[in-house]
Amino acid sequence: MDFVEGAWVDIMAKSLLIDWTLCDGRGLCSELLPQIIGRDDWGYPLVRIPAGGERSSAVIKPEDFAAARDAVKLCPKLALRLLD
Amino acid sequence: MSGFSQGPSTTAQGAVIGSNRLLAAGSNATLFEHEQVYGSLSLSGIEVNFISVLERSGLTGRGGAAFASWRKFAAISPTAGLRAVRGKPVVIGNGAEGEPLSFKDKVLLEHAPHLVIDGLLVAARAISASSIFLYTSAALFPAVQSALAERTDASGVQLVEAADTFVSGQASAVVNAVAGGPAVPRGDRRRLSESGVNGRPTLVVNVETLAHAALIARYGAGWFRVMGTEQDPGTRLFSLSGWGEEQVLEVQGEARLGSVLERAGVDISAVQAVLVGGYHGRWVDSWDYRLSPKGSTDRSVRPGAGVLYVLPWGRCGVEATAQIVQYLAEQSAKQCGPCLFGLPSLAMVWDALARGEHDSGLVRESERLGSLLVGRGACHHPDGTVQLIDSALKIFAIDVEDHRGGLCRGRVGGHHG
Repeated sequence: MDFVEGAWVDIMAKSLLIDWTLCDGRGLCSELLPQIIGRDDWGYPLVRIPAGGERSSAVIKPEDFAAARDAVKLCPKLALRLLD
Repeated sequence: MSGFSQGPSTTAQGAVIGSNRLLAAGSNATLFEHEQVYGSLSLSGIEVNFISVLERSGLTGRGGAAFASWRKFAAISPTAGLRAVRGKPVVIGNGAEGEPLSFKDKVLLEHAPHLVIDGLLVAARAISASSIFLYTSAALFPAVQSALAERTDASGVQLVEAADTFVSGQASAVVNAVAGGPAVPRGDRRRLSESGVNGRPTLVVNVETLAHAALIARYGAGWFRVMGTEQDPGTRLFSLSGWGEEQVLEVQGEARLGSVLERAGVDISAVQAVLVGGYHGRWVDSWDYRLSPKGSTDRSVRPGAGVLYVLPWGRCGVEATAQIVQYLAEQSAKQCGPCLFGLPSLAMVWDALARGEHDSGLVRESERLGSLLVGRGACHHPDGTVQLIDSALKIFAIDVEDHRGGLCRGRVGGHHG
């Protein structure tokens, strides 16, 4: 049962992609998704659990979809995208 | 002008033999001399066959990333329907060569421009490109323009000037520049093969890769594989500096580093370390390494853009590395926070290491900053820098220690410990 649940979550997960050339390190995303995104020495997003070593995007589970959508909308530099 | 070894370019059954392939037509080769040595180029059948010939040849990119060339070409060949939507493909020969330690592309464009132009025409036909660009520094325009003027088949080739910066040769920076913008990497993650110049499928190929492709188009995949190994077929050009006059060498795949140095006339006993791959490369101090993008890191060292920089005894590897890190920090495109702030921070740490500051936390700080930067940015500028400093911390560990005591083994000319 657990295995089936885990697999279902993977299929459902989305990716939150960071465009580094637009990002200004304002930190709204890390406030909305504190378990998922931290900040580095200079305020830029630090993906806490990189999916497969990929640190330019964060894996977003269904329970965090709403917060991730807010992050995309509220980022002052429009530096985020949420993809399936 | 950098020297290059010009062995006898004997031809057998029409194909050049031996490892002197790309510069066999001599210096400043005219179209006549080029065709004397290599024979004429036929483009018939290219659009049908060439990508599978490329696959069999095993040619990988010679611009640094060593990606399988046939895959890059194949990615551009969308179905006719998709092509109608995305626009006709573009091919760009990348001769920017922003790496300061690299000059083999300059030598190729100066002395064998016809081979590069042949390769561009072959690539354009293979992917049905309707626009062809050659991107290189203004200094090389005269040589390329006079080669183009000799030909009747290359009127479509457009020259675009590459800025004299380190990142100007990065693939998406090339696309930006050709499209009329600044030569800095793109921040979105669209594949160039899907959406490049003005949204069109775009193939960016290093000029040396094009030169090899031009010969593969003439002589086939089997010929290409006569040199090199099963894993790393063919030959590649190296820019060798730091020892006497700069040299361009053409070397077969998986060659042993020590053998290449000896062939170049380097006195191995006087060599402290070699930086392989350029400013984003790796310091090594053992000579049995195979120069190859394939193979485990304990046996092989990636050639990168084909750079060998010799550090003799009497020079300091920590200082040399600190100078490179400073340059890399200055050369940041300054678009991405981690790079913009992280590289100068790294440069300060390495400056302190070079000066022998009494701070036992410096190495740890270098490691901390390094792990903070990897994979965070629009391109691999931070990653390459971190690879360099990680290798320097390994190879020059003794010197880092010595510096704190006011000594430098490198300068004094110590022994291999």
